[in-house]
Amino acid sequence: MSNQGPKTLFDKIWSEHLVGQREDGTSLLYIDRHLVHEVTSPQAFEGLKISNRPVHRPEATIAVADHNVPTINRQNIEDPQSKIQVETLAKNTKEHGIQYFDLMDQRQGIVHIIGPEQGITQPGMTIVCGDSHTSTHGAFGALAFGIGTSEVEHVLATQTIVQNPAKNMRISVHGDLPFGVNSKDLILYIIGKIGTAGGTGHVIEYAGSSIMGLSMEGRMTICNMSIEAGARAGLISPDQTTFNYIQGRPYAPGADHWDQALEYWSSLPSDNDANYDHEIVIDSSEIDPMVTWGTSPEDVVSVKGLVPNPSSAQTENKKKSIERSLEYMGLKPGTKITDIKLDKIFIGSCTNGRIEDLRKVASIVKDKKIASHVQAMIVPGSGLVKKQAEEEGIDIILKDAGFEWREAGCSMCLGMNPDQLKPGERCASTSNRNFEGRQGRGGRTHLMSPELAAASAITGNISDIRDFT
Amino acid sequence: MDKFNSLKGIAAPLPIVNIDTDMIIPKQFLKTIKRTGLGVSLFYEMRYDNDGNLIKDFVLNTSPFDQSKILVAGDNFGCGSSREHAPWSLKDFGIKCVISTSFADIFYNNCFQNGILPIVVSPDQLDQLMIAATNQIEFSIDLPEQTVKAGNHSINFEIEEFRKDRLLQGLDDIGITLGYQDKISAYEEDKKNKKPWLFKDN
Repeated sequence: MSNQGPKTLFDKIWSEHLVGQREDGTSLLYIDRHLVHEVTSPQAFEGLKISNRPVHRPEATIAVADHNVPTINRQNIEDPQSKIQVETLAKNTKEHGIQYFDLMDQRQGIVHIIGPEQGITQPGMTIVCGDSHTSTHGAFGALAFGIGTSEVEHVLATQTIVQNPAKNMRISVHGDLPFGVNSKDLILYIIGKIGTAGGTGHVIEYAGSSIMGLSMEGRMTICNMSIEAGARAGLISPDQTTFNYIQGRPYAPGADHWDQALEYWSSLPSDNDANYDHEIVIDSSEIDPMVTWGTSPEDVVSVKGLVPNPSSAQTENKKKSIERSLEYMGLKPGTKITDIKLDKIFIGSCTNGRIEDLRKVASIVKDKKIASHVQAMIVPGSGLVKKQAEEEGIDIILKDAGFEWREAGCSMCLGMNPDQLKPGERCASTSNRNFEGRQGRGGRTHLMSPELAAASAITGNISDIRDFT
Repeated sequence: MDKFNSLKGIAAPLPIVNIDTDMIIPKQFLKTIKRTGLGVSLFYEMRYDNDGNLIKDFVLNTSPFDQSKILVAGDNFGCGSSREHAPWSLKDFGIKCVISTSFADIFYNNCFQNGILPIVVSPDQLDQLMIAATNQIEFSIDLPEQTVKAGNHSINFEIEEFRKDRLLQGLDDIGITLGYQDKISAYEEDKKNKKPWLFKDN
């Protein structure tokens, strides 16, 4: 990458964090913030201990337990293995002087919810975490990506990571979003269009009036699912919406440095004539509310559409893949999406567990009841999201409608805790992955927006929010 | 880290696209605080029924594929979560090489941290290798020469030089980076002046 000429947002963050080149030709990239959770860190801390290496910069590291934690009865984790993992994180962070939000701390929550919430996530930063949905933080114009446990250990020991530059892709979405269409529909549509390997090797920058018109919550939903498009990271240029969101949060730059930070942040957006390796332009008027029908996030269709027919596939491999998905999902080709009957509703996750998501759900289910055959669960993304919702009376609306109101965590997005689907159960989920077995062995996941999930909870079938009154 | 140089043996065919890390190692096995012992749970939901019995016709449950050190799989192998438990479970099972048309970035990276060689081939080459694997033809993989041989097929593959060296020598990445401590410190000193808000103690 040359230092001259117009640069993308990614190029700017990259060159600003380049420590140097190693003799093997790889680049050492400085990491500003490292987020740590209980599932992918124990082996990294163990590695440090074996090699007798200290944590290079404990104050740049923030830890929280989220993947494993129960969403009811928090005082006692019943699963002995989960309990050991959470205790191990508490012990490791204490030993190395790392800030840890424990389960009783109101600031506890899903790592990708609390970073932005606390103001830890800021434009122009490099942020890593042993979790693929670290891409969420790209909504602030931070270069943020998921890493494996060996790399977690590398960052703990050196505050750097070994990388080669990614390629630049820009996806521009233009126009006002149609009624009933929101950020989740937009990102599902994009993944359907480019496929789950469409972004491999790239950082995707989202641009255009539809994207820049979104709130920070909406932008986070978009960047969150960049990994489902195979991208290393997602990015959105920071603007006034970003700065307003950050100002005043606990870890945000204080008055002493605010103007200086703002000046730097304002220099970050991609230069007008910057070059992209790949460009996609989308007119938002072509987007409907979207739902997944299969077992890959690229298996998307309009809520007004039909379950696809394997015989219409263009290749033999694709045909086999559709057949396998339909068998797992228990669906027949040609079925109307809105005829699919549900058993469970899950609202939460790092994709859609923020206050804005909860407000939308509450506005839809207010003074209504969920269908008698469904079980519906809301898991706020953090203790503070939960508190805010309770202050606004959202919990009362949801409980009156028949939703279970839980404590914060990753919960049924991946079902590491007791919140899981049973074999054959069908779930409308606001999470990010519909893989086989993801929400519980044999469980069937339909990804969708909080609005659709809320409407579907009331009718008991997958429902189009535009038909819902 | 384990070194990788060359490898010979039967390859297990797994002609499924988008094999994700949840399929490779489901969530219930992520509760460990160790790197070892995950091989028995590799591809758990495809390998075992609801009662925990082996599903007899799954490829890794059949002889001779239950001894495979090589896996030939469909496009976009290893997509999904960043869990390094995926390569740990492959390694613990005995698999040291995965061949596909493409790999998800994080999984690809994680392989090299664990002495596993992921090889990218073209769709046509994959079709040929899938047939060779199904017919139990012996594979021969040579990293220095960057070749995969199976029966009449001989395929050259690409790999970045630094990744190749790291596998060949089994290098400790953290050890190498700590050799650049002076550069890291100099970077930090410079940024403390230029971007002081990033260095406030949390």
